[in-house]
Amino acid sequence: MNFDDTPQEAAFRAEARAWIAANAPKQYEEELRKSSLGRVQLKNANILEVAKAWQKKKADAGWACLHWPKEYGGRGASPIERVIWQQEEGPFGRLSAMFIIGHGMCGPTMMAFAREEHKRHYLPPLASGEKIWCQLFSEPAGGSDVAGLRTRAERKGDEWIINGQKIWTSGAHYSDYGILLTRTDPTVPKHKGLTMFFLDMKSPGVEVRPIKQASGQSDFNEVYFTDVRIPDHQRLGEVNDGWNVSLTTLMNERMSIGAGVSTGFPELFEFCNSLMLEDGPAIEDRSVRSRLANYAVKASGLKYTSMRAISALSKGERPGPENSIGKLVAGSMIQEVAMYALDLQGAAGVLSGTDAELAGKFQAMLLRAPGTRVEGGTDEIMRNIIAERVLGLPGDIRVDKDVPFNQIPTKGRA
Amino acid sequence: MNFDFSDEQKQMRDEARKFLSEQCPPKAVRTVLDGKAAYDRDLWRGLAEMGFLGVAIPEQFGGAGAGHLELCVIAEEMGRALAPVPFSSTVYLAAEALMLAGSDAQKQKWLPKIAAGEAIGTLALFEGKGNPSPKAIKLTAAGAALNGTKKPVPDGAIADFAVVAARTGSTGRDADISLFLVDLKGSGVEVKELTNLDPTRGQAELTFTNAKAEPLGATGEGWGIITQVLDRAAVLLAFEQVGGADRALEMGRDYALDRIAFGRPIGSFQAVKHILADMYVSATLARSNCYYGAWALSTNAAELPEAAAAARISATQAFQHCAKNNIQVHGGMGFTWEFDCHMYYRRANATALGLGSVSYWEDALIDRMRKKNAAA
Repeated sequence: MNFDDTPQEAAFRAEARAWIAANAPKQYEEELRKSSLGRVQLKNANILEVAKAWQKKKADAGWACLHWPKEYGGRGASPIERVIWQQEEGPFGRLSAMFIIGHGMCGPTMMAFAREEHKRHYLPPLASGEKIWCQLFSEPAGGSDVAGLRTRAERKGDEWIINGQKIWTSGAHYSDYGILLTRTDPTVPKHKGLTMFFLDMKSPGVEVRPIKQASGQSDFNEVYFTDVRIPDHQRLGEVNDGWNVSLTTLMNERMSIGAGVSTGFPELFEFCNSLMLEDGPAIEDRSVRSRLANYAVKASGLKYTSMRAISALSKGERPGPENSIGKLVAGSMIQEVAMYALDLQGAAGVLSGTDAELAGKFQAMLLRAPGTRVEGGTDEIMRNIIAERVLGLPGDIRVDKDVPFNQIPTKGRA
Repeated sequence: MNFDFSDEQKQMRDEARKFLSEQCPPKAVRTVLDGKAAYDRDLWRGLAEMGFLGVAIPEQFGGAGAGHLELCVIAEEMGRALAPVPFSSTVYLAAEALMLAGSDAQKQKWLPKIAAGEAIGTLALFEGKGNPSPKAIKLTAAGAALNGTKKPVPDGAIADFAVVAARTGSTGRDADISLFLVDLKGSGVEVKELTNLDPTRGQAELTFTNAKAEPLGATGEGWGIITQVLDRAAVLLAFEQVGGADRALEMGRDYALDRIAFGRPIGSFQAVKHILADMYVSATLARSNCYYGAWALSTNAAELPEAAAAARISATQAFQHCAKNNIQVHGGMGFTWEFDCHMYYRRANATALGLGSVSYWEDALIDRMRKKNAAA
């Protein structure tokens, strides 16, 4: 048991470290380091431009999408090398936020199902950040039950005509392309009538509208499709086999470990270290210490769980669904941490923004937190995944499994 | 990086699991639970023959000289099997104290006997209610004679010797405390067995009346040694707790798969699934914290005090959580004496208290993190 690199890993780390030291946009390092709570913003620069420039620079030097094959813009690196890169890239890795869906989900799906000429054409600019991709799965009627989606694709000669609506699409407003899951046959059970495509987001009939979230911010979009035409050669997988294609996408989402999840603990610990209460420093208060200790062991438990997964990766094992615990634990923890930080501020905790302690950092965390427990699989879906795929418990009894999609009830109370 | 046990260590874990599943089935645990024996003597002898008792004891003192990572994997299996033997008191407390502070002669006298299963040892620290604190120690040492009472002392009624914390000064500082070795079969020692939550590991009251003792370590250094022993024992006991938590989770999972209600396995209801998923989460977090503790223990890292506290808190919570919800998943049957669930519930709640309660370790963890933070 050790935390040391192998000689090969050490050499890779040294090379990565030297390149980053010589090339990273250091003028933003401090700002990026501080923006740990999800929302990355720069005061005097356009974040999209800075991120694209950094990604392009990495791609030109062979440091983009490390685990992808070289012919598609990657480096053909091992999983452990990818983790080492992420450790070395540190705060600059936060500039990759807008590429995560493209690199982590769309790219691997294209690699598995697109035609060779499409892979060679579309993947290198995706790797280099010149083109941004989004994932169009969720719908108003299909969130956790994504196979319940209703966006129609109807074949007309060599083309498909798309009509419907997607929701919660991250980055659709700046994306160039997207992968799209549609219903192609409503007369068969829901999992059996889906088909996957990729499309140009500038296609006529695509309309992107930002969603104003409960937090007041807008990170996601609704996307409307009105008679949008997609050529058949942009179909990914067989007609009506879209569910299996989407499983590849979602599996890759879970593979992207190592980036680490925010728990809010380091911020809370730092806050308690400097906070003065009526009776003295907060950190000397027994009840504060008790709460902090409980959060501390969750945060360290997650940290070392991820290190165990990295060790498994470096031995050539594939990380399994047990990695679902990261998001499940961190999501509700960050919400509790935010509430507790406000509790410690007393009546002044009600203030927000620049009127509040620490420019309203914990207030913003509180308002953003409900979303973290829903996005990318709700807490309940995560628990189902653990129960079914890790513990081997039976799946839920699904009343709609064998019913043709167009006969499934759409309303609860008659 | 290899943040995992080696193949050889995993092999040792498999051996220990196989040995314990044969030699320590629930029936054997129940013999002690029901008061038919003070501990499982055959199992204790078997553990000695397997080399498990002395796995971390150096070869020159009769052990296998393997190390603490090996001891961690064995501890996990002892916890899984609820082994009704004085393993934690003898191996984590007494042997660790001897290895840390004993003279060559003291080590030579006791360590080979521990490894051979011929001596049971313990640490006599507590004097009634409360958590580890030098202020709580009233038992006095005048020269080589001890006077006072210790309770609860783990496995005190079956122990051959004890490491005893005594007051040798009255300045109000840690330096008032010194450690002594006492042969419990000698004169001036009165032993009274106490009833406790988990009869598979006994608790006792030891009263010393001019009992003959010899110093362990230098005078005034007792509290420092105790702190180190508790940190080391915290990691080792945390592995037992993780082993117990995993077993309780498996029992709950298996029952949820077998038990039919409302025409379906109860494990297909989300209300039950989610209980089990949460048990898995807490057991996994605890295991990861324990691995870090094992690394710190085996390398004598400066991070040990912090790592030990985190492992202790996390593993205590996980074992308590898994043991109580294992009963919940079992429903009424889980609340019978006949089902084994309560044995895990008892062990979980007893081990939560033995080295100082969770609130003590919470306080210690933040104190230690804060010191590290200030030093950085």
